[in-house]
Amino acid sequence: MSTHHIRVTINGTVYEGDVDSRTLLVHWIRDDLQLTGTHIGCDTTACGACTIIVDGKATKSCTMFAVQANGRKIMTVEGLEQGGKLHPLQEGFHEKHALQCGYCTPGMMMTAAALLQHNPNPTEHEIRVGISGNLCRCTGYVNIVKAIQYAAEKLQASEQVPVSAGEGS
Amino acid sequence: MIPGSFDYVVANSVSDAVSLLQQHGDEAKILAGGQSLIPLMRFRLASPSVLIDINRIADLAYIRETNGTLCIGALTREAELDHSPLIRTRYPILLDTSSMVADPVVRNWATVGGNIAHADPANDHPATMLALDALVVAVGPDGERIIPIEAFFTDSTFETTLRPDEILTEIRVPAPKERSGGAYVKLERKVGDYAIAGVAAYVILDGDGHVNYAGIGLTNVGPVPVKARDAEHYLLGTSLDEANIHQAADLAAAAAQPTSDIRGPAEYKRAMVRTLAVRALRRASARARGEE
Repeated sequence: MSTHHIRVTINGTVYEGDVDSRTLLVHWIRDDLQLTGTHIGCDTTACGACTIIVDGKATKSCTMFAVQANGRKIMTVEGLEQGGKLHPLQEGFHEKHALQCGYCTPGMMMTAAALLQHNPNPTEHEIRVGISGNLCRCTGYVNIVKAIQYAAEKLQASEQVPVSAGEGS
Repeated sequence: MIPGSFDYVVANSVSDAVSLLQQHGDEAKILAGGQSLIPLMRFRLASPSVLIDINRIADLAYIRETNGTLCIGALTREAELDHSPLIRTRYPILLDTSSMVADPVVRNWATVGGNIAHADPANDHPATMLALDALVVAVGPDGERIIPIEAFFTDSTFETTLRPDEILTEIRVPAPKERSGGAYVKLERKVGDYAIAGVAAYVILDGDGHVNYAGIGLTNVGPVPVKARDAEHYLLGTSLDEANIHQAADLAAAAAQPTSDIRGPAEYKRAMVRTLAVRALRRASARARGEE
């Protein structure tokens, strides 16, 4: 086993720590950094509840070792809200009733944030394909799609970027 | 689920990776996208004692066409194939394939090289590369070796002819010729699942519309990726009409060696190979004739 000192920027804050090589990124984020907004669902790379954005790419954080994140820029669900104001995606999920139990929501929103970063005006089909790696067992997805459309419209109207500077790439 | 203990080292270049492989032998595994390897390690189905991370080797990720050959760097992410204008316009069979690999979030890290080097008969690229007669480039201590894709897979599941001190660096696919076309068709229970069955077909027609080349590969219907040779041979010289397509599909189904599992009974999977082969050949034919 090897131990590594890592330095990772998460939501604009630099975090440092020593990690075992086998520590999964999601465990470091939740257990060591106490950023528990990121969820662990299936633990088998299927459900997407643990999705975060790593160097601009939606990433299943249960399928990356913490040591691999060294030097990278990460955004978790905690980074969406800025200055006490909900992100348009969070607002959309609230307005369109896009969650019931809420377990998939952080991962769903992070996948959506990365999607809108690359494709600010997606069609319904593109949204459905884009979130097809994130499972929701409550909603049937209809309102999640509406919430992402709401956020896309709002972001375009305000010319705001989905992912704040420094986290997007 | 936590993987077993291992040492982690970063390779900064291909030669770095090769010397690390030499140093650690077959105790070591290359960590590329990790989207197959890390789940296997969490399930303790793989327990390498050393992981050599190649994700920082920037010059291993590229898609370029030169001198009639498409070269894909082993570290190219599936998402990069999905979004590449070159792939989208000239290699529809590769777009068919990459867009069916796992799900879009997994595809952000999953690599083309990993999909092939893992040699999982359930992976999608092996069938397509068998249909295309691709070449695999391996680099070891003695330099570069070019391996035809058929000779890259063995008769054993998850086994390749890569030597323990070699790394897969590039996949080479012939650039489209006049009257060539290919397609990959996959049946899956849901997004992200492995194929119930999948069929890749690639054809090149002569000026009279007769088949000059036919390649057919099958996904997840055997212990290893399957090349449907009888179907390929049968098609040579035919006009690729509906009767020819159905006859070839029967031969492809006969080449499948499916087993019954949670994705269905063996006879169902064999029937699906037949159906998917018809669809893949029809689409390959349409693309070769410029109808799609």
